[in-house]
Amino acid sequence: MYPKSLPYLLLLPATLFLVLFFLYPFTLVAWQAFTTDTGDFTGEFFQEMATHWKFNTAMLNTFLLVLAVVPFQMVLALYMATLVNGMTRGRDFILYIWTIPLGISDLAAGLIWLAIFEQSGFLNSMLHGLGVIEQPVGFLGYQNKGTIFLAIVLAETWRATAIVLVILVSGMGLIPKEYAEAAEVFGASRWQRFIRVTLPMLKPSLQTAMILRVILAFEVFAVVVALGGTNLPVLMSEVFTWQYELRDANVAAAYALVILAISIACTLVIMWALRVPKGARV
Amino acid sequence: MAEIKIRQVAKQYGSTHALHSIDLEIADQEFLVLLGASGCGKTTLLRIVAGLETATSGEVWIGDKRVDKLPPRDRNIAMVFQNYAVFPHLTVFENIAFGLRMAKLPQTEVDRRVTRTAELMHIEALLKRYSGQLSGGQRQRVAVARALAMEPEVLLMDEPLSNLDALLRMEMRAELKTVLAESKTTTIYVTHDQVEAMSMADRIAIMNKGEIVQASSAVEVYRNPAAHFVGSFIGNPPMNFLDATSAGEGVWNVAGVQLKGPVSTQKKLQFGIRPEDIIVHQEGSAEAMGDRPSMVATVRVLEPLGSHLLASCRIGDEILRVVLDSDAPVKPGDELRWSPAPDRIRWFDPASELAVA
Repeated sequence: MYPKSLPYLLLLPATLFLVLFFLYPFTLVAWQAFTTDTGDFTGEFFQEMATHWKFNTAMLNTFLLVLAVVPFQMVLALYMATLVNGMTRGRDFILYIWTIPLGISDLAAGLIWLAIFEQSGFLNSMLHGLGVIEQPVGFLGYQNKGTIFLAIVLAETWRATAIVLVILVSGMGLIPKEYAEAAEVFGASRWQRFIRVTLPMLKPSLQTAMILRVILAFEVFAVVVALGGTNLPVLMSEVFTWQYELRDANVAAAYALVILAISIACTLVIMWALRVPKGARV
Repeated sequence: MAEIKIRQVAKQYGSTHALHSIDLEIADQEFLVLLGASGCGKTTLLRIVAGLETATSGEVWIGDKRVDKLPPRDRNIAMVFQNYAVFPHLTVFENIAFGLRMAKLPQTEVDRRVTRTAELMHIEALLKRYSGQLSGGQRQRVAVARALAMEPEVLLMDEPLSNLDALLRMEMRAELKTVLAESKTTTIYVTHDQVEAMSMADRIAIMNKGEIVQASSAVEVYRNPAAHFVGSFIGNPPMNFLDATSAGEGVWNVAGVQLKGPVSTQKKLQFGIRPEDIIVHQEGSAEAMGDRPSMVATVRVLEPLGSHLLASCRIGDEILRVVLDSDAPVKPGDELRWSPAPDRIRWFDPASELAVA
């Protein structure tokens, strides 16, 4: 037997760490967003943030990016996971290749795609070499917001689909084969088996992957900056701008809280939408 | 309703032969049990009939239709899986209705069939529950109800009772037998439990190393094993086997006594007798023996099992198990004088291991 206090003692280091390096700075940020230098409670920083001309654009861009990237990513990862799971030979090899982007930082990923899309990049050289274009095209110029957006979607998909894939592959591995066989015997086609059996039984993994991806997608930053510079403001790049260029830590803190609020709201929605009824767990 | 014909079905995994050319016909409405130890190929054969596994060669017919190239859903079969495979994300109702929904039956028909099979399996009170809220026995009932609701031509069952505890298994055995007899569905049932096989089957196909050794009624496989393997696999305790050496035309030396047996060119045979087909002669009752040959065995171990007394004896270095009356006055070290019931003696060829007539 061990003393009753042991579990708490064992939890103490991690708790201290979190309080010191997460909860404390977080409180400071929240405090900063709501109080003036003299310590009075105020909403003026939020007002300043919301009335700034770039706020709506940043908000819209971020939401558009999340909506374009995450669903596409989920579908793609589901398809890839199904392929991997159906493989008998070379499964691990393919999985390693597909998860390489996991090991690359988001800024590096942004730079890789910049090398493809920039004026003297691979894409332009290739198109020129093929004789499709006479002059290099400025895919990432300020007048081509659409292609910047597309490049960011591509880069983000390439960079962050792997983590979803890994979660889904392990989730699919946990579903006993007998369920798919039973569905097959009872008349379900391949597609019906996927929709009626695999997908509902994959809910816990889908939930985890969705929450993780949505939160990270709202925090998208390095890839956007690498490919779009200041041409495509998003919430996170505004935090950076307010903090370091406009030198207003209070508004930056307000932005950070807005991102946090959106993340929490999305998490709650996803948890509710993909909940598994009591008793229906595997 | 349909008969099943399995013709020269073989299955190879790489260089391993899981099934050697299996031929088996199952009559309409027959309850056939595939019985064998694990790894004998019985589940593989069932899965080939189901379409979950593809045979390397051979044909499978259900009714007048050749099905071995068809996907499972076009074979008009239903299956009960060993681990039940009751979908955890669906209620009991939706589990039973699963196949009916796939077949796009109208809602009224789905309701009717689910209600009927649920009543049949006594789970009508559980229809709104999820699998996680059921006991093993209840899940088993859902799995059977789901299969019966399909009203299939052929019902396939893969060790459906092996995950239940002993008492529940005995209950379900009797109940399943009743339900299946009423449903009049041709059934293939896989098990490694000989009691289950013998108590339920119209016919038992005993498998060993990828082959069907014998396919007959329970009494037939017990009384007249077609091979040494069947005699040693069926029956608890199994059949006794003693070496027999030729002593002239149709006469064989067994445990120092000459017995009449088959006429054979073989020098050696095996003599087989079931433990309960041994007649023990009490000391000093010579007249009861008549002119029967009397053999001697030394009692080594006694196991009082209530309904009878099981004596493990030695004859030289061979072992003989004898079923005695619970009150039999024997103790270890005693010498038993015994003779085999003449009409229950069976002979086996030691080389081919098959029965010799």
